[in-house]
Amino acid sequence: MTDYTLETEAGRRESLRRMLTIREFDTKAGQYFADGEIPGFVHLYIGEEAVAVGTCAALDPDDLISSTHRGHGHCIAKGLDTELMMAELFGKEDGYCNGKGGSMHIADVESGMLGANGIVGAGPPLATGAALSIDYQDRDQVALAFLGDGAVAQGQVHEAINLASTWDLPAIFLVENNRYGEATPVEKQHNLSQLSDTAQAYDIPGLTVDGMDVTAVAEAVKEARKRARAGDGPTLIEAETYRYRGHYEGDEQNYRTDEELEQWQERDAIDSFKRRLIDRGELTEDDFEEMQAAIEEAIADAIEYAQESEFPAPEEAYDDMFSESVPEIEAFAERIRTDGGSNGGDA
Amino acid sequence: MAQAELEQEQTETMTVRESIRQALREELEHDEDVYIIGEDVGAFGGVLEVTGNLYEEFGEERVRDTPIAEAGIIGAATGAAATGTRPVAELMFSDFTGVAMEQIMNQMAKMRYMFGGKTDMPVTVRTTEGGGMGAASQHSGTIHSWISHFPGLKAVAPGTAAAAKGLTKAAIRSDDPVFVFENKMIYEQQGEVPTDVEYTIPIGEAAVEREGEDVTVVGTQRLVGEALDVAESLSGDVSVEVIDPRSLYPLDTDTIVESVKKTGRMVVADESPLSYGTHAEIIARAQEEAFFSLDAPIQRVGTPDTHMPFSTPLEQEVLPGGEDVKDAIRRIT
Repeated sequence: MTDYTLETEAGRRESLRRMLTIREFDTKAGQYFADGEIPGFVHLYIGEEAVAVGTCAALDPDDLISSTHRGHGHCIAKGLDTELMMAELFGKEDGYCNGKGGSMHIADVESGMLGANGIVGAGPPLATGAALSIDYQDRDQVALAFLGDGAVAQGQVHEAINLASTWDLPAIFLVENNRYGEATPVEKQHNLSQLSDTAQAYDIPGLTVDGMDVTAVAEAVKEARKRARAGDGPTLIEAETYRYRGHYEGDEQNYRTDEELEQWQERDAIDSFKRRLIDRGELTEDDFEEMQAAIEEAIADAIEYAQESEFPAPEEAYDDMFSESVPEIEAFAERIRTDGGSNGGDA
Repeated sequence: MAQAELEQEQTETMTVRESIRQALREELEHDEDVYIIGEDVGAFGGVLEVTGNLYEEFGEERVRDTPIAEAGIIGAATGAAATGTRPVAELMFSDFTGVAMEQIMNQMAKMRYMFGGKTDMPVTVRTTEGGGMGAASQHSGTIHSWISHFPGLKAVAPGTAAAAKGLTKAAIRSDDPVFVFENKMIYEQQGEVPTDVEYTIPIGEAAVEREGEDVTVVGTQRLVGEALDVAESLSGDVSVEVIDPRSLYPLDTDTIVESVKKTGRMVVADESPLSYGTHAEIIARAQEEAFFSLDAPIQRVGTPDTHMPFSTPLEQEVLPGGEDVKDAIRRIT
């Protein structure tokens, strides 16, 4: 198994590699979205890489995560395959969800990734439920919910954290505070200046960490995991970070200044981690160039895989509603397909 | 449950409430991944006393009291069902579904499909519906049409004690999300219930509760019993066939269509509001398949698009019952 922890040299290099992979994957996803090959909406994780990677490096491979609409980074940090991810973004049969989910619903339950989510704040109740399953079956796992700063205002997030803390479930709530809930600054959405203070309402530990520092994130999650496994209940961690791209691709970003973006980019998580590894003698510029080149090639392969993959057959639209077919869908499908092969929706 | 089916089984007499509790008990014994969560389901025994003493029998891990937090309960049940356990969540009154609707419509109902079929969703939601006890507008609703309408959810609504047991057990054993809509006015209704622990009713199978020749009454929940009483009172005059669909989604269209082809007349009696709902769906299917067998306009009996009022004379005014079923039959026979 790949060494993936901030505590070993190999693990640190792997962490850097995953951060770079996220950036390259999302850079290309943005390009192919702009070109029109990726339909729908995409929300890119560029700038926030240290949060997902620091978190997942501190988790065990068997642990479960719930994600957000900005989920590509969580997937890559958790170890999902970039070819299957890209195929899903392209709406292809070989994608993780056979083209039914796309960027906002990418999931791989088998790998412990319980889904990106198009509803802000919907992940934490699911993670609480996953923690309930873990607790009920006494499994050696934890469930971690990624949520954004905007989600902290959602009612169902409160219900989820309250339930997890009341039952001492092995859960972790990881708030990615990237300063904006969609286009509205965090100050206009909350009366608290530190979102981790919400933890006080549940009598659980709450801490704010530098989300541009992969090691700081990993240390906080490691501690939270230990606490969760000891049966002491959840922890709420706020990671202060910043997204370099808009809320979604195409967002005009008139709500922030170039200066603000540049200030955050000066503290870029990948650059600083790379420098740290070089300073420690664990990486050379040549190593880095080599790593970057390999990642560019891997993501180019992922694009090619996605482009060459087939679209799902149209009649697959009727599959996967239930564990078994229901007569209603069978009958409706038969009528539509008998009358010409589509429900009038073909352009 | 149809008389002929019941005669095949060893049965005992019990109330709907007892039959649901027995179903829950048997499934807790049958599968250790099954557990109950909800408000006051544990030590208190359930606000309408359905879970009763299951807490004492199975302990607090398996009959788990929750905070009053419907979105949290349903969300946790959904997340748990996707990760290896089989929760049975109780929503105390169906009116509280609104509080949890986000998790129901965007997570529970969609996860399997959005993920390309790569997760099961073995979650059961039990909830109570219906007016008749002066519980007023926020504790008397009949909302099963919403759930039946929403793709990705299954819905059952028993009208007899046997159906209550068989459907509850089938719901818990299903790998899909199933809502069990219990009409609170029939908890004390008695009936014959099969004792076999393997007894389940396949979701999507209706029951012909009484055979007749002149008119088909498709009745649900409390109105099954009321329709049977009407059929009895009209016997010798009008021969009434009574069908309990038992499952609302999927719906056993064939059994209903076959009956309408025989009788040529139909009344649909369901407590939900009359517009845009369960009645319309059943009627649409009947006319699609049996249009040329119909001898009269299909009639519907339900709540006249009002909320359930508090004061008894107001509530009785809008609550559909046997007299309304009888009037509807009279209009077309």
